[in-house]
Amino acid sequence: MSTRPTTHPLRPLPAGPRGILIDCGTTAVARACYRSLQARRMSGLLEAADLVPGATTVLVDGIDEPELLAAELPGWPISVEPEVAGETVEIPVCYDGPDLETVAKAWGVSAEEVADIHSSVEYEAAFCGFSPGFAYLEGLPEEFHVPRRDEPRTSVPAGSVAIAGPYTGVYPRSSPGGWQLIATMTNPGRLWNEHREPAALLVPGTKVRFAAVRV
Amino acid sequence: MSHIEILRAGVLTTCQDAGRPGWGHLAVPPSGAADQPSWRLANQLAGNPTGACALETTLNGCTVRAHRNVTVVVGGAPCPVTVDGRPEAWGQPVKLKAGSVLDAGPAEVGVRSYLAFSGGLHPKSSLGSHSTCLLSGLGPAPLQDGDTIPLGPSPAHPPLPTQWPAPWAGISEEIVMKLHLGPRLEWFRPEAVAELTRGVWTVSEHSNRIGLRLDGHMLRRSDTAELPSEGIVAGALQVPPNGQLILFGADHPTTVGYPVVGVVGAEALAAAAQARPGTRIRFAPVPMPHWSKRA
Repeated sequence: MSTRPTTHPLRPLPAGPRGILIDCGTTAVARACYRSLQARRMSGLLEAADLVPGATTVLVDGIDEPELLAAELPGWPISVEPEVAGETVEIPVCYDGPDLETVAKAWGVSAEEVADIHSSVEYEAAFCGFSPGFAYLEGLPEEFHVPRRDEPRTSVPAGSVAIAGPYTGVYPRSSPGGWQLIATMTNPGRLWNEHREPAALLVPGTKVRFAAVRV
Repeated sequence: MSHIEILRAGVLTTCQDAGRPGWGHLAVPPSGAADQPSWRLANQLAGNPTGACALETTLNGCTVRAHRNVTVVVGGAPCPVTVDGRPEAWGQPVKLKAGSVLDAGPAEVGVRSYLAFSGGLHPKSSLGSHSTCLLSGLGPAPLQDGDTIPLGPSPAHPPLPTQWPAPWAGISEEIVMKLHLGPRLEWFRPEAVAELTRGVWTVSEHSNRIGLRLDGHMLRRSDTAELPSEGIVAGALQVPPNGQLILFGADHPTTVGYPVVGVVGAEALAAAAQARPGTRIRFAPVPMPHWSKRA
């Protein structure tokens, strides 16, 4: 299944003397742009120290002549369909989070239905951030988006599965956090392992499903 | 045993090398020595290859015991240096005998002194770097009294004095930083550039390897929408909703949710690493390049 590359407006913005932030406008174009930059880098056409995807952007850092890349970008062909369908990572979770009732109320459903809805979606890791091993997972339909908590928690346990805005995420280690906690991953140690390649279980582009387990 | 022993870790002493750039897509901060030129020079003077791991102190230095003969260079923030209680030279190679105790005292100016040992330090490495990261917890933990760190083999040919490179950078009480405007200058009112040019900020006490908080004029935004999380580089000057500037350093988060008005270059980052609370910071804005103008 291949889609003809089409031209999406990519807007280069300066990020210091050696960086470019590419504003892609939408998440889908940002993901496709990231894949395209990765492919270029793999084939030696792009020398960069770091490629960092964001929600609707890609940061290219550590390049010698940003103006050359910037000049090319506006007409760059980007294919928004994934070229290869990767495997889906399944994450076993227990829907027992302290904000489960709050989320159920916001969605207008029961706590059991929150689990059913949340575990029925196929997510995709849009980008990583916050902490090594943490990925912003997209896919939750818009009617289920909830705001962050008014008061962030000073400590969220490792493995907490949380939602906020368009995203779902799993905290890889104990840290402060402001998202709504709905479930717990049974084995959060899988999220980050420095001795594995890649160290992160969820890298940009990974497909993810949550599987409810009962305890 | 060829190692050093930390007798006094000081307020914060960490192991630092070139860091772990290239893992930003996995939310891994670059880390590495905060004052790169000083770290590099200390290693050169100790006869080490580029990239060797050294100690980075914070304000009040540290004390170490050598468990083999080793050459050490204390550089970066100037401080009194003693070996077994006798004064020794700062910024130059000093020979330590096995069992000797070297003390790097409180910084006279600046913040971070570097202790480079011939052979380099070999603590726990993660993702190819020995650097401690305060934000992510990767790399060795900040040092504590009693910790030991393995030393690598001594270099065969220590450098001759005639090969010594450029002098140590000065440390001043007022730093003017070139600020490359963008990426998100458009999120601010048109007068933002004039405000950045005129303003004087002071480094807040709430500053560390992750970033410097700057007290002073609050920069106001024209666009108050929520910024979708995006990647940033070291040296990014971020403006959170309260308007207080944050200049991100080596252990910066890989993505942020507030707009970055400009980015300072490597030279300014090194100066920022030696800026004590109270240091005055001014900016010399560099206009956005022509290619970034909206068509």
